[in-house]
Amino acid sequence: MKKISIDPVTRLEGHGRIEIFLDDEGEVANAYFIVPELRGFEQFCIGRAAEDMPNITNRICGICPEAHHIASTKALDALYRVEPPPAARKIRELLYSAFFVADHTTHFYALGGPDLIVGPDAPPAERNLLGVLRKIGSEKGKEVIECRRRNHHVIQTIGGRAIHPCSGLPGGWSKPVTEEERREIETAAERNVAFALYSLDLFSRILQGDTAFRESVFSDTYLHRTYYMGTVDDEDRVNFYDGMLRIVDPDGREFARFHPRDYRQHIAEHVESWTYLKFPYLKKVGWKGFADGSESGVYCATPLSRLNAAEGMATPYAQEAFEYFFETFGSRKVDGRYRPVHNRLATHWARLIELLYAAERMLELSRDPEITDPHIRTIPREKPSEGVGSVEAPRGTLLHHYRTDERGVLTRVNLIVGTTHNHAPIALSIKKAAQTLIRKKSIIEEGLLNRIEMAFRLYDPCFACATHSLPGTMPLSVIIRDAQGTVLREMAQYLR
Amino acid sequence: MADKPKFAMYWAAACGGCDIALLGINEKILDFAEAFEPVFWPCVMDGKKSDIEGLADGALALTFFNGAIRTEEDEAMARLLRKKSAVFVAFGSCAVEGCMPGLSNLSSADDHLITVYLDNPSTTVTDPAVVPRLSTRVAEGELRLPGLYDTVRSVRQTVDIDYMIPGCPPEAHQLEAVMELFMGTSGLPEKGAVLGAGTRALCEECPRIRSWTGREQRRLRFRRLYEIIPDSTRCLIDQGIVCMGPATRGGCTALCPGANMPCIGCYGAPAGVADQGAAMLSALASITDAGSAGQPEEAMQREVEAAFEPIVDPVGTFYKFSLAHALLNRARPASPVTDEAADRKGKGRA
Repeated sequence: MKKISIDPVTRLEGHGRIEIFLDDEGEVANAYFIVPELRGFEQFCIGRAAEDMPNITNRICGICPEAHHIASTKALDALYRVEPPPAARKIRELLYSAFFVADHTTHFYALGGPDLIVGPDAPPAERNLLGVLRKIGSEKGKEVIECRRRNHHVIQTIGGRAIHPCSGLPGGWSKPVTEEERREIETAAERNVAFALYSLDLFSRILQGDTAFRESVFSDTYLHRTYYMGTVDDEDRVNFYDGMLRIVDPDGREFARFHPRDYRQHIAEHVESWTYLKFPYLKKVGWKGFADGSESGVYCATPLSRLNAAEGMATPYAQEAFEYFFETFGSRKVDGRYRPVHNRLATHWARLIELLYAAERMLELSRDPEITDPHIRTIPREKPSEGVGSVEAPRGTLLHHYRTDERGVLTRVNLIVGTTHNHAPIALSIKKAAQTLIRKKSIIEEGLLNRIEMAFRLYDPCFACATHSLPGTMPLSVIIRDAQGTVLREMAQYLR
Repeated sequence: MADKPKFAMYWAAACGGCDIALLGINEKILDFAEAFEPVFWPCVMDGKKSDIEGLADGALALTFFNGAIRTEEDEAMARLLRKKSAVFVAFGSCAVEGCMPGLSNLSSADDHLITVYLDNPSTTVTDPAVVPRLSTRVAEGELRLPGLYDTVRSVRQTVDIDYMIPGCPPEAHQLEAVMELFMGTSGLPEKGAVLGAGTRALCEECPRIRSWTGREQRRLRFRRLYEIIPDSTRCLIDQGIVCMGPATRGGCTALCPGANMPCIGCYGAPAGVADQGAAMLSALASITDAGSAGQPEEAMQREVEAAFEPIVDPVGTFYKFSLAHALLNRARPASPVTDEAADRKGKGRA
């Protein structure tokens, strides 16, 4: 049997590996995606003081520390059964909205977007942020950099630090927002809304102007019919900071709606001995292997999933963009809501609709008179025992679950992060790309890399988060071996 | 292009925050890219390990290495890059002193596997055979995983380093100064120097008003962080909050105290201090009144215990960033539960 390894062990540090096995006919027998490391926050957080967790778990990831910081802070609210004052809650969501704008901007312009903006057939040396800047012009390019800068500045203003913010406490936030800061944040939010509208317009122009890309978006190559999960508010609209978790089936019917603290009734994790990363699945459907469809417990938690699981967006421009999105895919309304879009490349588009929502939400909060209220702490009085906190991270639902003794010393920590929810779907996408591109021993080498890369990137995977260990970059190389394991050819590419 | 000095930045067991911090110097990074040729930087560009292997020893003018040493591969990359670099810098808390991953040294690699896969609220498995292992036979062939080390070490404990830049992550304004130093012509500091930080304790740059001097002892009751709303102008230790400022190197401009939160020690110990946690304990002990002369020993003991009782996790409080470098730096690893684990341990042991 011939084996193709997409194997970084021969280059770099071995932070991700794909092994593709061919059968005697030269067809793909199976494809395995292997995550080779574990840093183990769930173990070394045991024995720590619960209130330290927001500032320990933000070190899981330097790309999205804000998501861990806020999920952890909310888990502490639950642990100490304390409700933060309205201003504290709003300040947290304000920081979180600025973070979403910065993170989704980074993905679209620097990570996933180059494939779309510069084009998948452009030389790899062009498919990066610099290539994007050349394509969209230096003026717009400066805006991309400026967008990241101003939102990181807002994060530092509200959270104390630009990377690894430090202000979360059970029952509140350590630092109020002054009127001067509020005005500055409002200006930043106004610019964010304009920038998000420009980004959506740019995407529309690419979709209309680039036939090859349009065909990929609507084709079957990147299509998987799975369950979808996302957080919704009390009107079933997308929310990043708080709400109920809603799961819809592949036909768009509500399958479950639950409080995050009840996650274990709905979600379980499958373990394979050949990878350190686990595979979450829907408990009530069961783990049926790497398969899509309503019989398989595989579900997805991405920007596309959040749109699929919701009735709409809570801000006006984003709602318009939401409707236009589903109508473009010909999605019919059933019981007043759109049927899911299964085309995985549409995740890029969904991400931009979320970018717009985050910008609009940030603007609303920056204009909320309560945001400068100095009353931002409720002192916990209850004895702690157990708490779950959850937010929607840019890459999917993030759950922090803590148990403590009565002094608030951790005895159990369980973390399920965005990329982990999407682990099985990512494996499905890799296998499908491999099957499409490898037929009867004929291997389209460049295409294989590109397709797998694009299949990955649409999920915006963060393996620093997923293994609570890895950096955000996924360096991969393709090594083609014959049956004796001799290396025939080698190709290399980074994935983000 | 070819004449420019070559630059590399690499991450081992890291969170990515150090790379983001370096990009956070904004347009200064462009000046840096003018002065140096980045040849290997996984966060932002492609590059192969074989390219590095093909270089002459010392051919890399400057390497920033971030992340802790968790696996054999981490260690191999540290050794390779050290050999190929004229100047090799431990960049960020993980590289300098182990950072949060160092807290792993309170347990063994096996403890991690049990917690994550077997004794876990959302996994339903009870069979140790499904726990990730070095080799798995699947229908189509064999799949392999690298083993984890039992002990996490810093880069500084693994290879010879020229300089270190502390911080989790290092702050942008400090990095700008460091980059100017490397781009400049005024010569480099002595080997082993700490760059991008001060020498004295963080308290020296903290604007909060301190009333304790260390000479006068008084009755101090420590508080949990969530129990009080501290005054934003007075020293946090004065108010009973354990702030790591006295045992932490300055340089960040006291950002966390500025947000009304205590310093948690991410810049490591100040110059001349070997063990950050011991230094902090000693600072707190020096200001805690244990009673007065003539009082019974037991009463004094009770007094001290009551004062320190709210510090429920001394290791995590005093050594959050520096456990790998502490004088007592790890718990005894448990004995392996399976042959497979024993194999992994044997391979992984440092």
